[in-house]
Amino acid sequence: MVAGMQPPANEPGAQVEAANIKLAVRDLSISYGRDTALGNVSLEIREHEIFGIIGPANAGKTSFLKSLNRMDMFNSDMHVKGEVLFNGLNIRKLRNIYALRSRIGVVFPLPVGLPMTIYDNVALAPRLSGRKNKADLDVIVERCLTRAALWDEVKDRLNSLGSLLSGGQQQRLTIARALSQEPELLMLDEFSIAVDPVTTMRIEDVLKELKAEMTIILVTNLVQQARRLADRTAFFLAGECVEIGETEDLFTDKVKDQRTNDYIEGRFG
Amino acid sequence: MFETSTLNARNQQVQRLVRILFLMMTLFLIVPVLIILGTLIVKGSSVISIDFLFTSPTDGMTAGGIFPALLGTVFLVAVDLVIAIPIGISAAIYLSEYAGNNWLTRVINLAIINLAGVPSIVHALFGLGAFVLFFGFGTSILAASLTLAIMTLPLVIVASKESMQAVPQAFREASWNMGATRWQTIRRVVLPNAIPGILTGLILEISRTAGETAPIMFTGAVFFTPFLPQGIFDQTMAMPLHLFVVATQVPGVPEDLPYGVALMLIALVLFMNALSIAFRAWLRGKKKW
Repeated sequence: MVAGMQPPANEPGAQVEAANIKLAVRDLSISYGRDTALGNVSLEIREHEIFGIIGPANAGKTSFLKSLNRMDMFNSDMHVKGEVLFNGLNIRKLRNIYALRSRIGVVFPLPVGLPMTIYDNVALAPRLSGRKNKADLDVIVERCLTRAALWDEVKDRLNSLGSLLSGGQQQRLTIARALSQEPELLMLDEFSIAVDPVTTMRIEDVLKELKAEMTIILVTNLVQQARRLADRTAFFLAGECVEIGETEDLFTDKVKDQRTNDYIEGRFG
Repeated sequence: MFETSTLNARNQQVQRLVRILFLMMTLFLIVPVLIILGTLIVKGSSVISIDFLFTSPTDGMTAGGIFPALLGTVFLVAVDLVIAIPIGISAAIYLSEYAGNNWLTRVINLAIINLAGVPSIVHALFGLGAFVLFFGFGTSILAASLTLAIMTLPLVIVASKESMQAVPQAFREASWNMGATRWQTIRRVVLPNAIPGILTGLILEISRTAGETAPIMFTGAVFFTPFLPQGIFDQTMAMPLHLFVVATQVPGVPEDLPYGVALMLIALVLFMNALSIAFRAWLRGKKKW
């Protein structure tokens, strides 16, 4: 009976469905020592969608992102249980985690301009993967900076330090750096926290364009930002995934859980 | 609305006093340095000449120059750096970037602290037993430099480790997130930013190495040799030991000669430090965050 509710795997429709799933998360739990950061999250992220994750501090949003590219490897305190399938492959069984990470671009809340030149910041990822040809790198650097809406401001000083740029410029540099990986999945963790509203809008426009080429996970504490950008949105609260739905549905009375409604209406968080 | 209350006035008075107190303490620190340098320059500069630098001692060390000792010390420092830099920096990289918080790391850290606390005369005797006798290097530059290297390794390791740990963790995470391995991250992100600090460690190391007397007395340095060192298995004269000898061991040395030797020893150390400091300043100008 239960089996009958799931479409059989050999049905053509089911395979098309599976091919469109970029990332499938099943029963994911994350804990730090004895503290649970996230419990039993299951969700699927489709290709070429912007998937929003909203929720107050301590909801487990950042831990969730970290588990997706196996950053728990660098933190002996962090324990992850459950399955994450990236392109249908279980990332916990992958041998080459470095290849996985190079396909996932990450942008942090506070911009991390590495203390090297602007050019080197953007050329770092291609260089790490063994590309040395200067002409190729030049093309990549210009393309990524252009797409991150930074090229015009820095094209004359590519050899000055990336860490000397302003906060908003550094965040766009971080995005350019993430794009230089030619990622299939771009994860942004509250990218606009240290960025002025105008720059935020510019980056948001960039994200809308990038959607055509990659899948984007957008963690944000700005509910309206999720509404502007995300196709679907999940609401995390205190380590629980309370609700997942089409973004517009969350902002109408189709909300299933009262807590989601309270958060979106600004009654807490 | 901004009248000064008695409490305000008192606070400001205390603040001024504290400032002056700290300034006095700092100046107190400089006094011995000025006295040492002043005495050496006043009493020793008359001895120094090109001849003094580039000739051997003569007349039972009571006349002539210091060339063999000068060259010997440069030799000892160079060989010491060749040994200490790779070992020290590798250990620092391991401790900063790879070591987990476990018993092995704690044992290593304890060993380094203890190594730093061992008196130099004990290092000297260890070097004599291990390198001169057991490994059969004889009293040689190699044995002396190995002894010096072991003695100064904690300086290099601690300074390098701390400068690597001062590189923000966010830089590493950004690099790991791009798919870089730990080593790629160390090479491209951590080390370039830690190099100024590592150089500080090496500056300390050089000063210490060039000035130490005890560890080289039994392992490679001699009172007097008419020959210049030809290779790492030769014995050599060295500046600190030469200073000790002309100051206390040989009768009839003119009074200003030891001052001149001491002045040159300090000048040599400062010169080598200046090179590293200039290099560090140049690097700092290039990297900022």
